[in-house]
Amino acid sequence: MKFGIVTFPGSNCDHDAYHAVVDVLGESAVYLWHKDHDLAGADVIILPGGFSYGDYLRPGAIARFSPIMTEVVAHARRGGPVLGICNGFQIACEAGLLPGALLRNDTLKFVSAPVRLTVINADTMFTNRYEAGQVITMPVAHGDGRYTADDATLDRLEGNGQVVLKYAGNPGEPAGTSPNGAMRSIAGIISAEGNVMGLMPHPERALDAALGSTDGLGMFESMLARVAA
Amino acid sequence: MSRFRVALHIVPRRGLLDPQGKAVADALHTLGFKSVGDVHVGRHLVLDVDAKSASDAEKDVRAMCQRLLANPVTEDFEIAGVTAA
Repeated sequence: MKFGIVTFPGSNCDHDAYHAVVDVLGESAVYLWHKDHDLAGADVIILPGGFSYGDYLRPGAIARFSPIMTEVVAHARRGGPVLGICNGFQIACEAGLLPGALLRNDTLKFVSAPVRLTVINADTMFTNRYEAGQVITMPVAHGDGRYTADDATLDRLEGNGQVVLKYAGNPGEPAGTSPNGAMRSIAGIISAEGNVMGLMPHPERALDAALGSTDGLGMFESMLARVAA
Repeated sequence: MSRFRVALHIVPRRGLLDPQGKAVADALHTLGFKSVGDVHVGRHLVLDVDAKSASDAEKDVRAMCQRLLANPVTEDFEIAGVTAA
């Protein structure tokens, strides 16, 4: 399977994503420059983390108008898989691929820490290697991760199983405590069609026991299992 | 065609948690400004726009707000003024 990893000016997790796909999974990957006009035959698009365009205006607001995003949106509309991680989640929301928005953390602090997550929906292209209710650990690193949407949207997301990951709270914290004040403790969501996922935590940084967690592997293996099938 | 200077405010939607505004309000209270209620921190933009009239310039800027400058999910905008640039 071929992954296309988009590099925007200010992306800084594109190499982490490449490492995950190529070195850990043994699959192929290609970097896609934000000014490119085609996806180079990629089956899965990763919008990586970082600070595209310096987070000017709002995180993701300017990146979504990069030339490559026209192709990414078309790919998503055709049912092609898109995984937006951290800044990639923000870009996917700004581009209208996912509902809602990511606002400044309620603490006003940048948070860089491992967080515990509950898998809410394990029947997706991105989470089928987990079990519903399973608690996994991945790092977060963001200043704008407070998932926000209106109540009707939140109800719809929860009713449709589009809320895929919630913050579980770390030991000593009340259940569901989020690092950012996210509404309903939402850490990751999926589109109604199921082919676009956005999440604030970093699965591509949770693939090596030496770095604290291998729980991110399931997300990539899920895509391999479902997309290749 | 003339050039107009359009000023606009973009503010967090009322009802959404605005931690920055709350931090500023808390600081003002600490300083003794007890009269302060809610504070909302947003952005102020000034755009120079070529248009046939002031109303056309404002119309253009409204379209810009809807497409890029303001997030329709979380922010509201208002045109603060249109003057000759």
